Amino acid sequence: MTDTADRLEAQGINAVVIRFAGDSGDGMQLTGDRFTSASALAGNDLVTLPEFPAEIRAPQGTLAGVSAFQVHISDHDIHTPGDEPDVLIAMNPAALMSELGRLKSGGTIILNTDAFDERNLEKCGYEADPRTNGTLDDYIVHEVPMTKLTLEAVTDLDVKKRDAERSKNFFALGLICWMYTRPLEPTLDWVAEKFAKNQTVVDANSLALKAGHAFGETTEMFADQFAIESAPQEAGTYTNITGNTATAWGMIAAGQQAKLPIFLGSYPITPASDILHELSRHKNFGVKTFQAEDEIAAVGSALGAAFGGALAYTTTSGPGVALKGETIGLATSMELPMVIIDVQRGGPSTGLPTKTEASDLFMALYGRHGESPTPVVAAYSPSNCFDMAIEASRIALKYRTPVILLTDGYLANGSEPWNLPDVSTLPDISVEFATEPNATDGAGNPTFEPFQRDDILARPWAVPGTPGLEHRIGGLEKADGSGNVSYDPENHGLMTDLRQAKIDGIADDIPLAEVDAVDGSKICLVGWGSTWGSIVATAERMRESGVPVDRVHITHLNPLPPNLGDILKSYEHVIVPELNKGQLVRILRAEYLVDAQSVNKVKGLPFTASEIVEAINTMTGVQA
Amino acid sequence: MTDVILDPTKRGYWTSDQDVRWCPGCGDYGILAAMQFLYAELAEDPETEVKSEDTVFVSGIGCAARFPYYMDTYGMHSIHGRSPAIATGLAIARPDLDIWVVGGDGDMLSIGGNHLIHALRRNVNLKILLFNNQIYGLTKGQYSPTSEVGKVTKSTPMGSIDAPFNPLGVAIGAGATFVARTHDLDRKHMMATFKAAHAHKGASIIEIYQNCNVFNDGAFDAITKRDARAEMMIDLVDGEPIIFGAEEQRGIMLDGGQAKIVEIADVGRDALAVHDAANPNPAIAFAIAQLANDRQSPTPFGVLRQVEGPEYSEAVNSQLLAANEQQGPGDLAKLLHSGATWDVA
Repeated sequence: MTDTADRLEAQGINAVVIRFAGDSGDGMQLTGDRFTSASALAGNDLVTLPEFPAEIRAPQGTLAGVSAFQVHISDHDIHTPGDEPDVLIAMNPAALMSELGRLKSGGTIILNTDAFDERNLEKCGYEADPRTNGTLDDYIVHEVPMTKLTLEAVTDLDVKKRDAERSKNFFALGLICWMYTRPLEPTLDWVAEKFAKNQTVVDANSLALKAGHAFGETTEMFADQFAIESAPQEAGTYTNITGNTATAWGMIAAGQQAKLPIFLGSYPITPASDILHELSRHKNFGVKTFQAEDEIAAVGSALGAAFGGALAYTTTSGPGVALKGETIGLATSMELPMVIIDVQRGGPSTGLPTKTEASDLFMALYGRHGESPTPVVAAYSPSNCFDMAIEASRIALKYRTPVILLTDGYLANGSEPWNLPDVSTLPDISVEFATEPNATDGAGNPTFEPFQRDDILARPWAVPGTPGLEHRIGGLEKADGSGNVSYDPENHGLMTDLRQAKIDGIADDIPLAEVDAVDGSKICLVGWGSTWGSIVATAERMRESGVPVDRVHITHLNPLPPNLGDILKSYEHVIVPELNKGQLVRILRAEYLVDAQSVNKVKGLPFTASEIVEAINTMTGVQA
Repeated sequence: MTDVILDPTKRGYWTSDQDVRWCPGCGDYGILAAMQFLYAELAEDPETEVKSEDTVFVSGIGCAARFPYYMDTYGMHSIHGRSPAIATGLAIARPDLDIWVVGGDGDMLSIGGNHLIHALRRNVNLKILLFNNQIYGLTKGQYSPTSEVGKVTKSTPMGSIDAPFNPLGVAIGAGATFVARTHDLDRKHMMATFKAAHAHKGASIIEIYQNCNVFNDGAFDAITKRDARAEMMIDLVDGEPIIFGAEEQRGIMLDGGQAKIVEIADVGRDALAVHDAANPNPAIAFAIAQLANDRQSPTPFGVLRQVEGPEYSEAVNSQLLAANEQQGPGDLAKLLHSGATWDVA
């Protein structure tokens, strides 16, 4: 046996895409998450793509039960979870069958060979053992008896075989940590804290992790060990953040910056529930979370809380937004602030609950009856969810309107390193409640008219408990100014125009669209939401190959930035990649009469950069 | 006028400047008057501390739901069926407020049935007025979830085939802590019942037999008309045997889980049930509620059930206080740094 001390010098690489795949019960999300965390602490840039089935536990060993976690780590700035994995860890035959097609040609496969028995092969439909029939000839394959080695590692513990086997994901993690020179300490610390209530589990997982690491180091199976230097990052303190956590923290921050108590009315729904979970843990911020009886009650309770002067939210996904439409319309009519957060998923109907899609844009913009203009904003990366939660709240409070914030399943569960903001630099989004009468009645007495407007057409927010401002509001059309019920045709026209003008006016209060421009570009990529990473990577790749490409990313979808039309009109090709059948593209065509073209993907997955590059090549005739 | 508007002990103080737009002769007028008189009365009592600015009426959609426009308090006329949910959010955000929810049988029991039962089982501090006229009035006369089987309406030309809800049975089944019935012809009884609900901590529901003189006129005449009352209205008095009838000749007996109407002459006074609204066993109140299953039988009025239970918004607040104690006051910078962090120089 070669002496390990001098056998290896870790080989420096710039980036790697690793995909962990196994059965739903194999703990692949946790394994991926821990590897990500260790890599984040090592200073790498990273982007993750968790993918899991909607079923909590699909039948063991089947294709339906495969759960995967892809992470792209690098020593430079990256924006996507990687087009093709370089390394696939497959914990069973189903994982291999399901994921092999994604793997880069010539990539590395690490198999838990103990799971490759006849029964498991049969369960996923392998007629012959892929390890021996040539299926894997184009790859570098490492067969590791992970289950057996894990059991051996924990023999000294008083733990049942069945339970001991469950630590095999930590064995895999230990091995990958060895391959990519990640320290084990952060994971060991995490295990000790996470499973503190059960020392046996702490011991079993720790031993399995160390055993995996030792296996890499002592066997000759692995010729190479790799090192990925830390990525140059701006100075600061970083944490690894998912979109849902960032959204929840953004809501808390908005409450602090608005100096208002937060109310969240929510009903559990994938992939938004984690926002409710996270907020529920922070009641010490004065956060009130209410798990309502249904989606309608969730938004209704938020509206009630808004009437009472809270900064009110409801969090949901597409099916929930469909149910909330009537209440969002009431908030539009009563002109009360509220933020509706839609973590989009595949639709229509139940669709693909755990997969990403960006097909709710039209619903966000138009999904209510009547003329009911509603501001819509969208986050573009996991950490940006924090900023957009504050921005949505700012607009809602200032303009007394419901605002829809769109994120999606990819942002919600994906993570990235986040340079933590200095909280003293966060914007002040506080507004004043009305405290004084603003009109006089026929007899000359001071009175309060709830639909008098200020210079931005916002009406006063007078909360119950304020003497002298007692008033009634509702969904019936209200007379301009007094707010009394009015069926007058002229007044309805006027109020419709005023509501529209108020929302349109927000255009003057949002950032201008910024072009990421290079010399000589005739192509502009326009994106919104989570396609940002893929589009940035696309632009970079095309520029590297000599094709100048500009890009604009839109965070404010209603109203749109006032300079957007002029920007788009200056290009020969306006190309709009979207994870839907072409929604923003239709809006751009309608608003600006530009010949914008659509690139679509509706497969429950984010774009790879290559898919967009290829589409651009086809559309424009350029060859990148 | 000004003195009436400035004096909270006068009905006029609680009356908004909006013209009331219910049909002439509608039972809703009587209910509105009872509420306005009640608040004038409550304002005289320094202990209740009612203030118009702290009082909110939230309603859904329907004739009854116009109610908030006519009270000079805060108010919201919201969405069909959703008022219990909206009011729940308001009550959680603002436990200091005095909140009433107003709706009809369609609003509360049909489209809003789900919200109603959840508001009741959570015991949110809301006073829910269920105006039961057994018909859809605002949409001009379709049968409602409390209409009797066989009812002929525009949508049931051959008669309704739906079994109706017993509203108070629903409420008791949902775990309501205050359940009562009154009717639109008796202002004093309404005021007393509303007042008891006002004093109750937690969710209260009051079914009000309300006449729709346009689409379902006289639905409750057999019970609530002055000359019918003695024989048809069973007045529930806490701690007293349940007795009714012009000659006080009849009563209620509990028999095998059923509430039965009996002749005192047959069973003797001692056999009668003694009304105990605070009885922890909801089955008794439920059994009494079943006596209201048709329009021709003697029907109980008053408070059927009133028990103590933890109030929801208080429980929410106590968790906030506990979190504050355990975790310390929220510190945003600390929160952002609460995960694993690393520094880049």
